[in-house]
Amino acid sequence: MEAAMGLMRRIHPKHTDTALSALLSLMPQHSSDLLSQVDQPLQVLCDEEIGKEFILCEYNRDADSYRSPWTNKYQPPLDDGLYPSSELRNLEIEANEVFAVYCDQYYEGGISSVYMWEDDNEGFVACFLIKKDGSRSGHGRRGYLLEGQWDAIHVIEVGPEDEGTSKYCLTSTVMLSLTTNNDMSGTFSLSGSIRRQVYFGKTREMVCTLRPPAEVAMMRLPES
Amino acid sequence: MADEDSSEAEQLSDMQKIEIAKWFLLNSPAGEIQYVSKDLKTILKDDNVHNLAALEAFPEYNKSHMICLELPDRSGDVIITSFSEVAENEYLDPRTAQVAIVDHVKQACTEARPASDEELPSSYIEEFRCALDAEIMKYVSEAYPKGICAVYCVKGKDVEEPGSDFEFVMVISAARLSPQNYCNGSWRSIWTIEFNDEDQLVEIKGKLQVGAHYFEEGNVQLDAKHECRDSTLLQNPEDSALAITNIIRQKETEYLASLEASYLKLPDTTFKDLRRKLPVTRTLFPWHSTMQFSLTRDIAKELTIRK
Repeated sequence: MEAAMGLMRRIHPKHTDTALSALLSLMPQHSSDLLSQVDQPLQVLCDEEIGKEFILCEYNRDADSYRSPWTNKYQPPLDDGLYPSSELRNLEIEANEVFAVYCDQYYEGGISSVYMWEDDNEGFVACFLIKKDGSRSGHGRRGYLLEGQWDAIHVIEVGPEDEGTSKYCLTSTVMLSLTTNNDMSGTFSLSGSIRRQVYFGKTREMVCTLRPPAEVAMMRLPES
Repeated sequence: MADEDSSEAEQLSDMQKIEIAKWFLLNSPAGEIQYVSKDLKTILKDDNVHNLAALEAFPEYNKSHMICLELPDRSGDVIITSFSEVAENEYLDPRTAQVAIVDHVKQACTEARPASDEELPSSYIEEFRCALDAEIMKYVSEAYPKGICAVYCVKGKDVEEPGSDFEFVMVISAARLSPQNYCNGSWRSIWTIEFNDEDQLVEIKGKLQVGAHYFEEGNVQLDAKHECRDSTLLQNPEDSALAITNIIRQKETEYLASLEASYLKLPDTTFKDLRRKLPVTRTLFPWHSTMQFSLTRDIAKELTIRK
Protein backbone atom coordinates (compact mmCIF):
# COMPACT_ATOMS: atom_id res chain seq x y z
CA MET A 1 0.00 0.00 0.00
CA GLU A 2 2.83 2.37 0.87
CA ALA A 3 4.39 1.80 -2.54
CA ALA A 4 1.02 2.33 -4.23
CA MET A 5 0.51 5.64 -2.44
CA GLY A 6 4.09 6.55 -3.36
CA LEU A 7 3.21 6.05 -7.02
CA MET A 8 0.04 8.10 -6.72
CA ARG A 9 2.10 10.96 -5.32
CA ARG A 10 4.26 10.99 -8.42
CA ILE A 11 1.86 10.37 -11.29
CA HIS A 12 0.43 13.54 -12.82
CA PRO A 13 -2.96 14.28 -11.25
CA LYS A 14 -4.56 14.35 -14.70
CA HIS A 15 -3.76 10.61 -14.91
CA THR A 16 -5.24 9.75 -11.51
CA ASP A 17 -8.08 7.70 -12.99
CA THR A 18 -5.81 5.59 -15.20
CA ALA A 19 -3.27 5.11 -12.42
CA LEU A 20 -5.93 4.08 -9.94
CA SER A 21 -7.52 1.50 -12.20
CA ALA A 22 -4.06 0.13 -13.04
CA LEU A 23 -3.29 -0.27 -9.35
CA LEU A 24 -6.68 -1.86 -8.72
CA SER A 25 -5.94 -4.49 -11.31
CA LEU A 26 -2.40 -5.09 -10.04
CA MET A 27 -3.37 -5.38 -6.39
CA PRO A 28 -7.06 -6.32 -6.14
CA GLN A 29 -6.57 -7.42 -2.54
CA HIS A 30 -6.10 -3.75 -1.61
CA SER A 31 -9.01 -2.39 -3.63
CA SER A 32 -10.97 -0.93 -0.72
CA ASP A 33 -7.85 0.73 0.72
CA LEU A 34 -6.99 2.18 -2.66
CA LEU A 35 -10.48 3.49 -3.27
CA SER A 36 -10.63 5.18 0.11
CA GLN A 37 -7.09 6.59 0.19
CA VAL A 38 -6.62 7.87 -3.33
CA ASP A 39 -8.14 11.29 -3.92
CA GLN A 40 -10.40 11.14 -6.92
CA PRO A 41 -12.33 13.91 -8.65
CA LEU A 42 -15.75 14.39 -7.10
CA GLN A 43 -18.81 12.97 -8.85
CA VAL A 44 -22.28 14.48 -8.83
CA LEU A 45 -25.79 13.14 -9.07
CA CYS A 46 -29.04 14.99 -9.64
CA ASP A 47 -31.66 14.80 -6.90
CA GLU A 48 -34.55 14.04 -9.20
CA GLU A 49 -37.19 15.09 -6.74
CA ILE A 50 -36.13 18.73 -6.77
CA GLY A 51 -33.84 18.74 -9.80
CA LYS A 52 -30.77 19.91 -7.91
CA GLU A 53 -27.31 18.37 -8.10
CA PHE A 54 -25.43 17.05 -5.10
CA ILE A 55 -21.91 15.72 -4.58
CA LEU A 56 -21.13 12.07 -3.98
CA CYS A 57 -18.54 10.88 -1.51
CA GLU A 58 -17.89 8.10 0.96
CA TYR A 59 -19.73 10.12 3.60
CA ASN A 60 -23.17 10.06 1.99
CA ARG A 61 -22.88 6.60 0.50
CA ASP A 62 -24.71 3.55 1.78
CA ALA A 63 -24.38 0.42 -0.34
CA ASP A 64 -24.73 1.72 -3.92
CA SER A 65 -26.98 4.64 -2.99
CA TYR A 66 -26.16 8.22 -2.10
CA ARG A 67 -28.12 10.47 0.27
CA SER A 68 -29.12 13.86 -1.13
CA PRO A 69 -28.53 16.74 1.30
CA TRP A 70 -31.51 18.57 -0.20
CA THR A 71 -34.23 15.98 0.43
CA ASN A 72 -32.44 13.60 2.83
CA LYS A 73 -33.41 10.74 0.51
CA TYR A 74 -31.21 8.03 -0.89
CA GLN A 75 -30.83 7.74 -4.61
CA PRO A 76 -31.52 5.10 -5.82
CA PRO A 77 -33.98 4.54 -2.93
CA LEU A 78 -32.71 2.44 -0.06
CA ASP A 79 -34.90 0.69 2.49
CA ASP A 80 -32.63 0.65 5.49
CA GLY A 81 -30.21 3.50 4.74
CA LEU A 82 -28.39 5.31 7.50
CA TYR A 83 -29.59 8.80 8.45
CA PRO A 84 -28.23 11.42 10.85
CA SER A 85 -30.29 12.13 14.00
CA SER A 86 -32.97 14.78 13.54
CA GLU A 87 -30.92 17.25 15.59
CA LEU A 88 -27.89 16.73 13.39
CA ARG A 89 -30.05 16.76 10.26
CA ASN A 90 -31.30 20.24 11.22
CA LEU A 91 -27.70 21.39 11.56
CA GLU A 92 -26.96 19.77 8.23
CA ILE A 93 -29.85 21.59 6.53
CA GLU A 94 -28.64 24.91 7.90
CA ALA A 95 -25.02 24.20 6.96
CA ASN A 96 -26.12 23.34 3.42
CA GLU A 97 -28.01 26.62 3.11
CA VAL A 98 -25.09 28.67 4.40
CA PHE A 99 -22.55 26.78 2.35
CA ALA A 100 -24.60 27.16 -0.83
CA VAL A 101 -24.42 30.92 -0.33
CA TYR A 102 -20.69 30.71 0.40
CA CYS A 103 -20.22 28.68 -2.76
CA ASP A 104 -22.18 31.21 -4.77
CA GLN A 105 -20.19 34.12 -3.40
CA TYR A 106 -16.72 32.67 -3.88
CA TYR A 107 -17.19 30.38 -6.83
CA GLU A 108 -19.92 32.11 -8.84
CA GLY A 109 -21.53 28.78 -9.58
CA GLY A 110 -20.42 25.33 -8.71
CA ILE A 111 -22.06 22.75 -6.51
CA SER A 112 -21.81 22.40 -2.76
CA SER A 113 -22.93 19.69 -0.36
CA VAL A 114 -22.56 19.25 3.38
CA TYR A 115 -22.97 15.92 5.14
CA MET A 116 -23.00 15.26 8.85
CA TRP A 117 -23.07 12.11 10.88
CA GLU A 118 -22.55 10.95 14.43
CA ASP A 119 -19.27 9.23 15.16
CA ASP A 120 -18.53 6.56 17.74
CA ASN A 121 -17.18 8.95 20.37
CA GLU A 122 -20.29 11.04 21.11
CA GLY A 123 -19.08 13.66 18.69
CA PHE A 124 -19.92 14.23 15.07
CA VAL A 125 -18.24 14.66 11.73
CA ALA A 126 -19.11 17.18 9.06
CA CYS A 127 -17.96 16.99 5.49
CA PHE A 128 -18.06 20.12 3.30
CA LEU A 129 -17.72 19.58 -0.41
CA ILE A 130 -17.43 21.96 -3.34
CA LYS A 131 -17.12 21.18 -7.00
CA LYS A 132 -16.65 23.83 -9.63
CA ASP A 133 -16.14 23.46 -13.36
CA GLY A 134 -14.58 26.73 -14.41
CA SER A 135 -13.92 25.85 -18.03
CA ARG A 136 -15.28 27.82 -20.94
CA SER A 137 -17.85 25.11 -21.52
CA GLY A 138 -18.71 24.87 -17.84
CA HIS A 139 -19.32 27.65 -15.32
CA GLY A 140 -16.35 29.84 -16.22
CA ARG A 141 -17.78 33.30 -16.63
CA ARG A 142 -14.70 34.88 -18.08
CA GLY A 143 -13.66 32.15 -20.48
CA TYR A 144 -10.04 32.04 -19.33
CA LEU A 145 -9.85 28.30 -18.96
CA LEU A 146 -9.75 25.61 -21.57
CA GLU A 147 -10.22 23.19 -18.74
CA GLY A 148 -10.62 23.93 -15.06
CA GLN A 149 -11.77 21.90 -12.11
CA TRP A 150 -11.78 22.75 -8.43
CA ASP A 151 -12.77 19.96 -6.07
CA ALA A 152 -12.59 20.64 -2.37
CA ILE A 153 -13.22 18.28 0.52
CA HIS A 154 -13.15 19.60 4.07
CA VAL A 155 -13.77 17.09 6.82
CA ILE A 156 -14.28 18.40 10.33
CA GLU A 157 -14.29 15.98 13.23
CA VAL A 158 -15.80 17.39 16.38
CA GLY A 159 -15.23 15.57 19.64
CA PRO A 160 -16.50 16.76 23.02
CA GLU A 161 -13.90 17.16 25.73
CA ASP A 162 -14.48 18.00 29.37
CA GLU A 163 -15.87 21.26 30.77
CA GLY A 164 -18.00 22.13 27.77
CA THR A 165 -15.10 22.35 25.37
CA SER A 166 -14.71 20.48 22.12
CA LYS A 167 -11.84 19.48 19.92
CA TYR A 168 -12.06 20.26 16.22
CA CYS A 169 -9.92 18.58 13.63
CA LEU A 170 -10.07 19.81 10.06
CA THR A 171 -8.62 17.95 7.09
CA SER A 172 -8.78 19.84 3.84
CA THR A 173 -8.11 18.36 0.45
CA VAL A 174 -8.20 20.50 -2.64
CA MET A 175 -7.87 18.97 -6.08
CA LEU A 176 -7.28 21.44 -8.79
CA SER A 177 -6.61 21.23 -12.45
CA LEU A 178 -6.52 23.99 -15.00
CA THR A 179 -5.30 24.43 -18.53
CA THR A 180 -5.02 27.68 -20.39
CA ASN A 181 -4.16 27.92 -24.01
CA ASN A 182 -3.22 30.91 -26.08
CA ASP A 183 -0.89 31.68 -28.96
CA MET A 184 1.66 33.55 -26.92
CA SER A 185 2.24 31.07 -24.17
CA GLY A 186 1.11 27.77 -25.62
CA THR A 187 -0.62 25.39 -23.24
CA PHE A 188 -0.16 25.95 -19.54
CA SER A 189 -1.49 23.17 -17.44
CA LEU A 190 -1.36 23.12 -13.69
CA SER A 191 -2.94 20.53 -11.52
CA GLY A 192 -2.60 18.93 -8.19
CA SER A 193 -4.08 17.91 -4.95
CA ILE A 194 -2.93 18.89 -1.56
CA ARG A 195 -4.03 17.73 1.83
CA ARG A 196 -3.64 19.70 4.99
CA GLN A 197 -4.63 18.79 8.45
CA VAL A 198 -5.10 21.46 11.00
CA TYR A 199 -5.95 20.93 14.62
CA PHE A 200 -7.93 23.63 16.28
CA GLY A 201 -7.63 23.12 19.97
CA LYS A 202 -10.63 23.64 22.17
CA THR A 203 -12.66 26.10 20.23
CA ARG A 204 -16.27 26.19 19.35
CA GLU A 205 -15.93 28.63 16.50
CA MET A 206 -16.47 26.07 13.82
CA VAL A 207 -17.34 28.53 11.14
CA CYS A 208 -14.01 30.29 11.41
CA THR A 209 -12.23 27.11 10.52
CA LEU A 210 -13.95 26.86 7.18
CA ARG A 211 -11.47 29.01 5.26
CA PRO A 212 -9.26 26.29 3.86
CA PRO A 213 -5.53 26.76 4.41
CA ALA A 214 -4.88 24.64 1.35
CA GLU A 215 -5.65 27.49 -1.03
CA VAL A 216 -2.62 29.38 0.21
CA ALA A 217 -0.44 26.36 -0.33
CA MET A 218 -1.67 25.99 -3.89
CA MET A 219 -0.21 29.34 -4.77
CA ARG A 220 3.28 28.50 -3.58
CA LEU A 221 4.59 26.60 -6.54
CA PRO A 222 8.22 25.81 -7.09
CA GLU A 223 9.97 27.76 -9.76
CA SER A 224 12.11 25.85 -12.12
CA MET B 1 -18.33 -3.56 -10.23
CA ALA B 2 -15.28 -3.58 -8.01
CA ASP B 3 -15.69 -7.32 -7.63
CA GLU B 4 -15.75 -7.87 -11.36
CA ASP B 5 -12.57 -5.85 -11.73
CA SER B 6 -10.72 -7.77 -9.09
CA SER B 7 -11.66 -11.19 -10.43
CA GLU B 8 -10.41 -10.09 -13.84
CA ALA B 9 -7.31 -8.69 -12.24
CA GLU B 10 -6.27 -11.94 -10.67
CA GLN B 11 -5.86 -13.26 -14.17
CA LEU B 12 -3.72 -10.41 -15.43
CA SER B 13 -1.19 -11.86 -17.82
CA ASP B 14 2.49 -10.99 -17.55
CA MET B 15 2.10 -9.01 -20.76
CA GLN B 16 -0.62 -6.88 -19.18
CA LYS B 17 1.46 -6.38 -16.07
CA ILE B 18 4.41 -5.26 -18.17
CA GLU B 19 2.20 -2.80 -20.05
CA ILE B 20 0.91 -1.32 -16.79
CA ALA B 21 4.40 -1.09 -15.31
CA LYS B 22 5.67 0.59 -18.48
CA TRP B 23 2.85 3.13 -18.30
CA PHE B 24 3.83 4.10 -14.76
CA LEU B 25 7.52 4.31 -15.66
CA LEU B 26 6.92 6.43 -18.75
CA ASN B 27 4.65 8.77 -16.83
CA SER B 28 7.20 9.42 -14.10
CA PRO B 29 7.92 13.11 -13.58
CA ALA B 30 11.40 14.46 -14.32
CA GLY B 31 14.05 12.77 -12.21
CA GLU B 32 11.64 10.38 -10.52
CA ILE B 33 11.69 7.22 -12.61
CA GLN B 34 14.00 5.40 -10.18
CA TYR B 35 11.56 6.02 -7.32
CA VAL B 36 8.63 4.88 -9.44
CA SER B 37 10.58 1.80 -10.46
CA LYS B 38 11.31 0.93 -6.84
CA ASP B 39 7.65 1.25 -5.83
CA LEU B 40 6.59 -0.83 -8.82
CA LYS B 41 9.02 -3.56 -7.86
CA THR B 42 7.35 -3.77 -4.45
CA ILE B 43 3.89 -3.89 -5.97
CA LEU B 44 4.61 -6.34 -8.79
CA LYS B 45 6.44 -8.86 -6.58
CA ASP B 46 7.82 -10.31 -9.80
CA ASP B 47 11.37 -9.29 -10.72
CA ASN B 48 11.12 -10.79 -14.16
CA VAL B 49 8.08 -8.70 -15.11
CA HIS B 50 9.66 -5.65 -13.51
CA ASN B 51 12.92 -6.06 -15.42
CA LEU B 52 11.21 -6.54 -18.76
CA ALA B 53 9.12 -3.40 -18.23
CA ALA B 54 12.19 -1.44 -17.14
CA LEU B 55 14.22 -2.56 -20.16
CA GLU B 56 11.54 -1.23 -22.48
CA ALA B 57 10.52 1.90 -20.60
CA PHE B 58 13.84 3.36 -19.41
CA PRO B 59 15.36 4.03 -22.86
CA GLU B 60 12.16 5.74 -24.00
CA TYR B 61 11.92 7.81 -20.81
CA ASN B 62 15.61 8.76 -20.86
CA LYS B 63 15.32 9.96 -24.45
CA SER B 64 12.07 11.86 -24.05
CA HIS B 65 13.32 13.53 -20.85
CA MET B 66 16.68 14.16 -22.50
CA ILE B 67 18.58 13.15 -19.39
CA CYS B 68 22.24 14.13 -19.12
CA LEU B 69 24.87 11.59 -18.09
CA GLU B 70 28.44 12.38 -17.17
CA LEU B 71 31.08 10.92 -19.49
CA PRO B 72 33.48 8.51 -17.77
CA ASP B 73 36.46 10.82 -18.31
CA ARG B 74 34.48 13.72 -16.80
CA SER B 75 34.98 15.75 -19.97
CA GLY B 76 31.31 16.73 -19.92
CA ASP B 77 27.77 15.37 -20.14
CA VAL B 78 26.22 13.43 -22.95
CA ILE B 79 22.54 14.13 -23.59
CA ILE B 80 20.36 11.09 -24.21
CA THR B 81 18.09 11.95 -27.15
CA SER B 82 16.78 10.24 -30.23
CA PHE B 83 18.90 12.72 -32.25
CA SER B 84 22.14 11.59 -30.66
CA GLU B 85 21.36 7.87 -30.75
CA VAL B 86 23.84 6.04 -33.03
CA ALA B 87 23.00 2.52 -31.91
CA GLU B 88 21.10 0.86 -29.13
CA ASN B 89 22.65 2.16 -25.89
CA GLU B 90 25.11 4.37 -27.83
CA TYR B 91 24.85 8.15 -27.89
CA LEU B 92 27.02 10.67 -29.68
CA ASP B 93 28.48 13.66 -27.88
CA PRO B 94 29.35 15.86 -30.87
CA ARG B 95 31.35 18.37 -28.83
CA THR B 96 33.95 15.84 -27.73
CA ALA B 97 33.39 13.55 -30.76
CA GLN B 98 32.83 10.62 -28.42
CA VAL B 99 30.19 7.95 -28.35
CA ALA B 100 28.93 7.16 -24.87
CA ILE B 101 27.81 3.65 -24.05
CA VAL B 102 25.04 3.85 -21.51
CA ASP B 103 23.16 1.62 -19.12
CA HIS B 104 19.61 2.92 -19.49
CA VAL B 105 18.17 1.32 -16.37
CA LYS B 106 21.01 2.48 -14.15
CA GLN B 107 20.97 5.83 -15.97
CA ALA B 108 24.74 5.86 -16.17
CA CYS B 109 27.38 6.11 -18.86
CA THR B 110 29.58 3.07 -18.47
CA GLU B 111 32.23 3.79 -21.09
CA ALA B 112 33.00 5.95 -24.10
CA ARG B 113 34.78 5.46 -27.39
CA PRO B 114 35.95 7.93 -30.03
CA ALA B 115 33.29 8.48 -32.69
CA SER B 116 34.08 6.96 -36.07
CA ASP B 117 34.36 9.16 -39.15
CA GLU B 118 31.02 7.85 -40.44
CA GLU B 119 29.33 9.01 -37.27
CA LEU B 120 30.61 12.57 -37.59
CA PRO B 121 29.59 15.25 -40.12
CA SER B 122 31.83 16.46 -42.91
CA SER B 123 34.26 19.29 -42.14
CA TYR B 124 32.06 21.72 -44.10
CA ILE B 125 29.02 20.90 -41.92
CA GLU B 126 31.16 20.74 -38.82
CA GLU B 127 32.13 24.40 -39.33
CA PHE B 128 28.46 25.45 -39.09
CA ARG B 129 27.80 23.05 -36.23
CA CYS B 130 30.79 24.12 -34.14
CA ALA B 131 30.07 27.81 -34.63
CA LEU B 132 26.46 27.32 -33.53
CA ASP B 133 27.50 25.12 -30.61
CA ALA B 134 29.89 27.80 -29.35
CA GLU B 135 27.25 30.55 -29.51
CA ILE B 136 24.56 28.37 -27.96
CA MET B 137 26.90 27.33 -25.14
CA LYS B 138 27.47 30.98 -24.32
CA TYR B 139 23.74 31.63 -24.27
CA VAL B 140 22.92 28.54 -22.20
CA SER B 141 25.59 29.28 -19.60
CA GLU B 142 24.15 32.77 -19.20
CA ALA B 143 20.48 31.78 -19.14
CA TYR B 144 20.43 28.41 -17.38
CA PRO B 145 22.17 27.78 -14.06
CA LYS B 146 22.44 24.07 -14.90
CA GLY B 147 21.69 23.79 -18.58
CA ILE B 148 23.31 21.29 -20.92
CA CYS B 149 23.08 21.78 -24.67
CA ALA B 150 24.20 20.09 -27.85
CA VAL B 151 23.89 20.60 -31.60
CA TYR B 152 23.38 17.53 -33.78
CA CYS B 153 23.38 17.27 -37.54
CA VAL B 154 20.32 15.17 -38.40
CA LYS B 155 20.22 15.60 -42.19
CA GLY B 156 22.89 16.14 -44.82
CA LYS B 157 25.89 15.45 -42.58
CA ASP B 158 27.99 14.41 -45.57
CA VAL B 159 27.41 17.62 -47.53
CA GLU B 160 30.86 18.92 -48.54
CA GLU B 161 30.14 22.31 -50.06
CA PRO B 162 27.43 24.94 -50.63
CA GLY B 163 24.57 23.84 -52.85
CA SER B 164 22.77 21.30 -50.66
CA ASP B 165 20.33 21.41 -47.75
CA PHE B 166 21.18 20.22 -44.26
CA GLU B 167 19.46 20.22 -40.90
CA PHE B 168 20.53 20.57 -37.27
CA VAL B 169 18.73 19.87 -34.03
CA MET B 170 19.79 21.85 -31.00
CA VAL B 171 18.63 20.66 -27.61
CA ILE B 172 18.78 22.24 -24.19
CA SER B 173 18.09 20.14 -21.13
CA ALA B 174 18.01 21.69 -17.69
CA ALA B 175 16.77 19.85 -14.63
CA ARG B 176 16.61 20.88 -11.04
CA LEU B 177 16.06 17.86 -8.87
CA SER B 178 15.58 18.25 -5.18
CA PRO B 179 13.71 15.19 -3.96
CA GLN B 180 14.66 15.86 -0.34
CA ASN B 181 12.67 19.09 -0.64
CA TYR B 182 9.85 17.30 -2.47
CA CYS B 183 10.30 19.22 -5.66
CA ASN B 184 11.66 18.47 -9.10
CA GLY B 185 11.50 20.31 -12.36
CA SER B 186 12.84 20.30 -15.88
CA TRP B 187 13.10 22.51 -18.94
CA ARG B 188 13.52 20.93 -22.34
CA SER B 189 14.02 22.81 -25.60
CA ILE B 190 14.24 21.16 -29.00
CA TRP B 191 15.13 23.50 -31.84
CA THR B 192 15.06 22.22 -35.42
CA ILE B 193 17.23 24.33 -37.70
CA GLU B 194 16.89 23.79 -41.45
CA PHE B 195 19.48 25.29 -43.77
CA ASN B 196 17.78 25.70 -47.17
CA ASP B 197 20.20 26.27 -49.98
CA GLU B 198 17.67 27.14 -52.68
CA ASP B 199 16.07 30.14 -50.95
CA GLN B 200 19.18 30.86 -48.82
CA LEU B 201 17.09 30.74 -45.64
CA VAL B 202 17.45 29.12 -42.25
CA GLU B 203 14.10 27.92 -40.87
CA ILE B 204 13.96 27.62 -37.09
CA LYS B 205 11.29 25.73 -35.19
CA GLY B 206 11.19 25.36 -31.44
CA LYS B 207 9.40 23.01 -29.07
CA LEU B 208 9.67 24.00 -25.44
CA GLN B 209 8.45 21.91 -22.55
CA VAL B 210 8.52 22.80 -18.89
CA GLY B 211 7.47 20.56 -16.03
CA ALA B 212 7.49 20.96 -12.29
CA HIS B 213 6.42 18.63 -9.51
CA TYR B 214 5.87 19.60 -5.92
CA PHE B 215 4.81 16.81 -3.64
CA GLU B 216 5.10 17.69 0.00
CA GLU B 217 1.78 16.47 1.46
CA GLY B 218 0.28 16.49 -1.97
CA ASN B 219 0.93 16.27 -5.66
CA VAL B 220 1.04 19.47 -7.65
CA GLN B 221 2.30 19.46 -11.20
CA LEU B 222 2.91 22.02 -13.88
CA ASP B 223 3.01 20.91 -17.45
CA ALA B 224 3.57 23.64 -20.01
CA LYS B 225 4.31 23.35 -23.70
CA HIS B 226 4.96 25.86 -26.39
CA GLU B 227 5.88 25.84 -30.06
CA CYS B 228 7.28 28.68 -32.12
CA ARG B 229 9.09 29.36 -35.37
CA ASP B 230 11.12 31.99 -37.14
CA SER B 231 13.65 32.26 -39.97
CA THR B 232 16.84 34.10 -40.88
CA LEU B 233 19.13 34.45 -43.85
CA LEU B 234 21.72 31.81 -44.60
CA GLN B 235 25.14 33.36 -44.04
CA ASN B 236 28.65 32.15 -43.24
CA PRO B 237 28.95 29.78 -40.26
CA GLU B 238 29.80 32.47 -37.65
CA ASP B 239 27.12 34.96 -38.69
CA SER B 240 24.50 32.22 -39.04
CA ALA B 241 25.34 30.95 -35.56
CA LEU B 242 24.94 34.44 -34.13
CA ALA B 243 21.63 35.08 -35.89
CA ILE B 244 20.19 31.68 -34.92
CA THR B 245 21.26 32.06 -31.29
CA ASN B 246 19.72 35.52 -31.14
CA ILE B 247 16.39 34.18 -32.38
CA ILE B 248 16.49 31.31 -29.89
CA ARG B 249 17.40 33.64 -27.05
CA GLN B 250 14.60 36.01 -27.94
CA LYS B 251 11.97 33.26 -28.31
CA GLU B 252 12.91 31.54 -25.07
CA THR B 253 12.97 34.82 -23.18
CA GLU B 254 9.53 35.68 -24.54
CA TYR B 255 8.22 32.28 -23.52
CA LEU B 256 9.60 32.56 -20.01
CA ALA B 257 7.97 35.98 -19.72
CA SER B 258 4.64 34.55 -20.87
CA LEU B 259 4.97 31.71 -18.36
CA GLU B 260 5.56 34.22 -15.62
CA ALA B 261 2.59 36.18 -16.86
CA SER B 262 0.48 33.02 -16.68
CA TYR B 263 1.49 32.60 -13.03
CA LEU B 264 0.83 36.23 -12.26
CA LYS B 265 -2.57 36.03 -13.90
CA LEU B 266 -3.48 32.96 -11.86
CA PRO B 267 -4.60 34.59 -8.62
CA ASP B 268 -6.39 37.57 -10.10
CA THR B 269 -7.92 36.31 -13.30
CA THR B 270 -7.48 32.64 -14.14
CA PHE B 271 -8.40 31.43 -10.68
CA LYS B 272 -11.43 33.68 -10.64
CA ASP B 273 -13.22 31.30 -12.96
CA LEU B 274 -12.70 28.63 -10.31
CA ARG B 275 -12.78 30.47 -7.03
CA ARG B 276 -12.55 34.14 -6.17
CA LYS B 277 -10.25 35.44 -3.44
CA LEU B 278 -13.10 37.57 -2.17
CA PRO B 279 -16.81 37.01 -2.64
CA VAL B 280 -18.68 38.85 -5.36
CA THR B 281 -19.46 41.50 -2.74
CA ARG B 282 -15.69 42.15 -2.37
CA THR B 283 -15.92 41.76 1.39
CA LEU B 284 -15.16 38.71 3.47
CA PHE B 285 -17.95 36.20 3.76
CA PRO B 286 -20.23 37.30 6.58
CA TRP B 287 -20.53 34.04 8.49
CA HIS B 288 -22.79 35.60 11.09
CA SER B 289 -25.45 37.00 8.81
CA THR B 290 -25.64 34.60 5.93
CA MET B 291 -29.39 34.38 5.80
CA GLN B 292 -29.64 37.89 4.46
CA PHE B 293 -27.63 36.81 1.42
CA SER B 294 -29.68 33.73 1.05
CA LEU B 295 -32.76 35.93 0.74
CA THR B 296 -31.26 38.25 -1.84
CA ARG B 297 -30.01 35.28 -3.76
CA ASP B 298 -33.43 33.68 -3.82
CA ILE B 299 -35.00 36.94 -4.96
CA ALA B 300 -32.38 37.38 -7.66
CA LYS B 301 -33.01 33.86 -8.88
CA GLU B 302 -36.75 34.40 -8.92
CA LEU B 303 -36.25 37.55 -10.95
CA THR B 304 -34.06 35.88 -13.55
CA ILE B 305 -36.57 33.09 -13.91
CA ARG B 306 -39.37 35.57 -14.51
CA LYS B 307 -37.34 37.44 -17.08
